[in-house]
Amino acid sequence: MKTAVLLKQTFDTEEKIVFSNGTIAEENAKFVINPYDEYALEEALRLKEIHGGEVIAVTYGPERAEEALRTALALGADEAVLIEQDGQPEDSSLIAALLAATLQPMSPDLVLAGLFAVDSGSGSVALQAAERLGLPHASSAVKIEVVPADDPRLHEKALHPEADELTGAPNASLVYSERYALIERDVEGDSQHVAVPLPVLITAQQGLNEPRYPSLPGIMKAKRKPLKRVSAESIAQAASVSLAAARTERTELLPPAPRAAGRKLSGSAAEQAHELAGLLAQAGVVKAEP
Amino acid sequence: MTKKILVYAECRDGRLRRVAFEALAAARLLAGEDGEVHAVLAGAGPAEAEALAARGADVVHAADDPALAVYTPEVYAAALSAAFCSLKPQALLLGHTAAGRELAPRLAAAFGAGHIADVTAVQAAHDGGEAVFTRPLYAGKAYERRRFAPGVPWVVTIRPNNMPPASPSEKQGTVQALAFEVPPLYTSVRSIVRRTSGQIDLAEADIVVSGGRGVRSAAGFEPLQQLAEALGGAVGASRAACDAGYCDYALQIGQTGKTVTPQLYIACGISGAIQHLAGMSGSRTIVAINKDPDAPIFGVADYGIVGDLFEVVPLLTSEFRKQRPSSAG
Repeated sequence: MKTAVLLKQTFDTEEKIVFSNGTIAEENAKFVINPYDEYALEEALRLKEIHGGEVIAVTYGPERAEEALRTALALGADEAVLIEQDGQPEDSSLIAALLAATLQPMSPDLVLAGLFAVDSGSGSVALQAAERLGLPHASSAVKIEVVPADDPRLHEKALHPEADELTGAPNASLVYSERYALIERDVEGDSQHVAVPLPVLITAQQGLNEPRYPSLPGIMKAKRKPLKRVSAESIAQAASVSLAAARTERTELLPPAPRAAGRKLSGSAAEQAHELAGLLAQAGVVKAEP
Repeated sequence: MTKKILVYAECRDGRLRRVAFEALAAARLLAGEDGEVHAVLAGAGPAEAEALAARGADVVHAADDPALAVYTPEVYAAALSAAFCSLKPQALLLGHTAAGRELAPRLAAAFGAGHIADVTAVQAAHDGGEAVFTRPLYAGKAYERRRFAPGVPWVVTIRPNNMPPASPSEKQGTVQALAFEVPPLYTSVRSIVRRTSGQIDLAEADIVVSGGRGVRSAAGFEPLQQLAEALGGAVGASRAACDAGYCDYALQIGQTGKTVTPQLYIACGISGAIQHLAGMSGSRTIVAINKDPDAPIFGVADYGIVGDLFEVVPLLTSEFRKQRPSSAG
């Protein structure tokens, strides 16, 4: 099984964001693999341990992003590809086009990505890439299994009649595959169990797994693994993607509105609770009626 | 040319979500008074269609097909796509919800549109300028304003709870059936486990009561749950509480996890690590209850109570129950 993992290198979540000259200062900041992408990578490695095959880590980013790919290789990825970001704007459709063009010739059975990146927070790129690749997707996975088409769980009754039969006498409306991903998805706190035929793109939610740490032998081995650097221009040219085709642009970067200093209440616990309830009611924050 | 804006009026259990009305209001802002606001309603009844038509949708396109009874992204995308292709609107607006978060990018890529996600404020175009969208970065440690490149369609997802919902309009819109073709199905839904049934969704809640490491155990969330119930709010958690196994990751608020912007956020036993502050500091009013007077959470709180949450929270619950006798449970 060939699995591609989409990674983004992001600021460590414990980093303070410092503004300088209208941009966010990167000096001295610690960078990590986006935490959600870490779950995606870990899951790819676990599925490889079960099913064999290879794991390819792909990222679009500046020079420094190579470090995230080295970490992925040290963790157990077999290959890595860095699409070099060189002055191209941060636009999800453009990035998705470059990633899709990179993934297309690999024909992966599985594409794994994080639910969203903790910096931009859009959760848009991976799913736009799925659309461009013509792949189905399942988002926000908290459990993933890859099973053959004769797995009995695939033949239990589906919730919607259109998808009752996966094999045997397949319903004309259902897409058939030799292998399926059985996925438990987090849907705003509820969980939905779905089956989707491979090839498929799946985004990882927190709780999917517990990511491993790189081992010393892993780090040593990573040095000999292939890390390919490709320029965004060359991919764009090969896939007829216009690098000028960014569809959105940032016009302004702003710090969050500062919060006025609050006040600590005093008195006994009962007095404080009473005072707080009064203050919140007065402020209209708590409605009088449900 | 009249501006046309299309809204996906998302439902849950056949009822319109509040974010659908928030998106409707944002659509009116973008369309202007002379523009047209269209809404797509999928798998819901005529009462919901009428509600949209009464609150600012000029035309409600109601899709009705047995395949819509269970949500799958491919069928819902097909319905939205059919409306988009026939209307050719300037923009498609969705809620930044579980469904909106997956439909928007796919549709944006399919339409050759740009996607601006998780928008908290919309500035409509005026004086010939372009519309500008505000959204958080780093879960609220920074904000950016974005706009679309000229000539491309727009796909925008609206963060729940940040814009006023559409109010009843003088003009009643019309309702018409939306024809669409059910595509080949990839997703087969095997089961849905409802764990939040009857509860208020964290992202849409006006009031969030959140617990951190200070709740000490899964059972320690019980008083928080009672306070949330008394207030008609939802329960959330810090990463520390989730990592300690006191609660499900679905409740996590922070830079990993959810960003929430309720009217009132009550942080109980949360020290206020930077990753948590990122996810909640956009809340209108913040209350912190913590034993440690030096906890960083007090730096962002409007009101702070230094004390034991197991003593203070039940007292607060009874105070609010007194204020709201009708909701006493």
